[in-house]
Amino acid sequence: MKTDIILAGVGGQGILSIATIIGEAVMNEGLYIKQAEVHGMSQRGGSVESSLRISSDPIYCDLIAEGTADVIISLEPMEALRYTPFLSKEGWIITSSNLFANVPNYPEAEALKAELANYPNVILIDVEGLAAENNMKKSGNMILLGAASKALGLDYALLENAIATVFASKGAEVVEMNKKALAIGVENAK
Amino acid sequence: MKKLLLGDQAIALGALNAGISGVYAYPGTPSTEITEFIQGSPITKERGIHSRWCTNEKTAMEAALGASYVGKRALVCMKHVGMNVCADPFVNSAMSGVNGGVVVLVADDPSMHSSQNEQDSRFYAKFAMVPSLEPSNQQEAYDMMGYAFELSEQQGLPVMVRVTTRMAHSRAVVEIADAPRAENELSFPKTPGNYVLLPANATRRNKEVIAQQVTLENMACESQYNALIFPEAGKRYEKGVVTCGIAYNYLMETFPDGVPFPVLKITQYPIPKKLIKELADACDQILVLEEGQPIVEELIGGVLGSDKVKGRLTGDVNRTGELTPDTVKAAFGLACEKVYEKSQVVLPRPPALCQGCSHRDVYTALNDVINEYPNAKVFSDIGCYTLGALPPFRTISSCIDMGASITMAKGAADSGLFPAIAVIGDSTFTHSGMTGLLDAINSKASITVVISDNLTTAMTGGQDSAGTGRIESICLGLGVEPEHLRVMLPIPKNHDELCNIIREEIEYKGVSVIVPRRECIQVMNRKLKQKRANKA
Ligand code: SF4
Repeated sequence: MKTDIILAGVGGQGILSIATIIGEAVMNEGLYIKQAEVHGMSQRGGSVESSLRISSDPIYCDLIAEGTADVIISLEPMEALRYTPFLSKEGWIITSSNLFANVPNYPEAEALKAELANYPNVILIDVEGLAAENNMKKSGNMILLGAASKALGLDYALLENAIATVFASKGAEVVEMNKKALAIGVENAK
Repeated sequence: MKKLLLGDQAIALGALNAGISGVYAYPGTPSTEITEFIQGSPITKERGIHSRWCTNEKTAMEAALGASYVGKRALVCMKHVGMNVCADPFVNSAMSGVNGGVVVLVADDPSMHSSQNEQDSRFYAKFAMVPSLEPSNQQEAYDMMGYAFELSEQQGLPVMVRVTTRMAHSRAVVEIADAPRAENELSFPKTPGNYVLLPANATRRNKEVIAQQVTLENMACESQYNALIFPEAGKRYEKGVVTCGIAYNYLMETFPDGVPFPVLKITQYPIPKKLIKELADACDQILVLEEGQPIVEELIGGVLGSDKVKGRLTGDVNRTGELTPDTVKAAFGLACEKVYEKSQVVLPRPPALCQGCSHRDVYTALNDVINEYPNAKVFSDIGCYTLGALPPFRTISSCIDMGASITMAKGAADSGLFPAIAVIGDSTFTHSGMTGLLDAINSKASITVVISDNLTTAMTGGQDSAGTGRIESICLGLGVEPEHLRVMLPIPKNHDELCNIIREEIEYKGVSVIVPRRECIQVMNRKLKQKRANKA
């Protein structure tokens, strides 16, 4: 088993929280993992990316080669498109449909949607809408992870357990909320 | 015990488990997380390990040497350009030698994700004639820290460990030893004269260190961390590959079913010449894969010629920027698997100053005022505020190195520029701006220095800033006149006040310092969160 994932978003959106959950899940499963991220710029609002590689065999390289990523998970649609040169032919794009328009001439929502439609496997999910509707504003990232769970090929229970471990210090309520968010993501990815 | 760790964290744990008594560092991407990890470790608390941030890399290196003098193990951490700042004590610590182990961890940043240049720290190790290590993965990074301290004490020299961004900032599962080694006991150097680098001692030490090079090279040839692997012994090959540090991973990724060429994996320097010769004898051509500058290629190619030795210099590998799986594939003539091109609708999204950041208020006011002066130039420095070079502000004309804002403004003013303005952050000011300010005061330069004080080292994530609470007294102590030291609160409501202060101080023909002071928003929010969490 081998899954190469690109996580994308805008600085401050917290893409690394998704990486943390997947990392925890994978560790418990005894799989190999490599996760490269570029950090250091504290300022918010720039594009950020992290590559996450999971495999049942040892992994050498920290980075993903062009044309080979199995999944792009993005908290923002234009950021999802930024990394498509890395996507494999039948790779999945799972992205929030919520725009983060902080640059001049930001494309129209429709233009982004039309562009995404050119790819064979896309899940576009209204993360913010679902989070607001379900009163879980802080759990948007887990909704997105839920939506991506099938494409990741990881057992659902593994992700649930990882959430329980990672959020344990924040109390049972937070754990339950994030588990629920994960389920909502799965439900709405259909 | 297995742990999922960033390369930086693996290094930190390796150092803690090697029994360090102190870490000495100034924050700098991608090295910052090492010291932060040590600061947060229970071992640090239990043992009282020194981990407070230093004012700059030079003070860090010197303090580590002091710890070593009395027999303790010390780790020094910095980013690659920090090596320039600590070059003086670093090079001379090879002359004095060390007592307790000293490991200088340098994190290089090829591709300049967060830096001003791509310099390769391996040059410094060679220059200072000290051994250096370049781990190829997180496990090796962890293991090598203990090895580095042993090596340092055994050879009586500081040891450099060089990593690059993708090692520092990539996570992998690392197997760690359960118990940290005990700290060293207090002890004094066997040859105390070595630390007095008067010509008589330094000449002797120079000869000793030069003589030691043979040993160091032999150690690199024998090292468990260097390996020369032939797919089949005794066969002649068209190509052989030398990999340095993490370049090994890109090679392995390119040939998942096994590399069909002989491979020399280098992770310990000086360059193991004997192994290189062995490789060269068996191959028609050698491809060198190294992250950073082509130091190994140049050394081997200088002897064997560029027909035989290929790499970044010959253009077979990308001359600048990081290695990637794609550039390494291309070096073997293999095609990239790219399917989709980047979509046309995607726009660049550069980082910007946070909304509500005090630097925004400073630049808005500066722009309003300098519009009134056709020749005004604003020299700036390294920090979040460097983003003042980009739209919408476009205020600053320079960003060279830590502290250069004040000294460049002074030089420009000396040469007749008016108004000459410097913008520097509080942490950069104490790092390397204070001495420049003293120069300006001594020559009564007509400059206006804005110390945009956000009470932290913001860009690297909000570490303590050495001069917090003492910026005014430092300035006054250096000789700034009290009436030309102006502190104010930079908020949009105070825009006019700030503009007026800038105007008045520009008109003053001498050194004036303006300190707009407001806490970094990110740090403030983090503190608030922490407070709330503590209450709950
Ligand atoms: S991290 Fe702090 S100093 Fe840097 S841009 Fe954001 S608010 Fe300003």
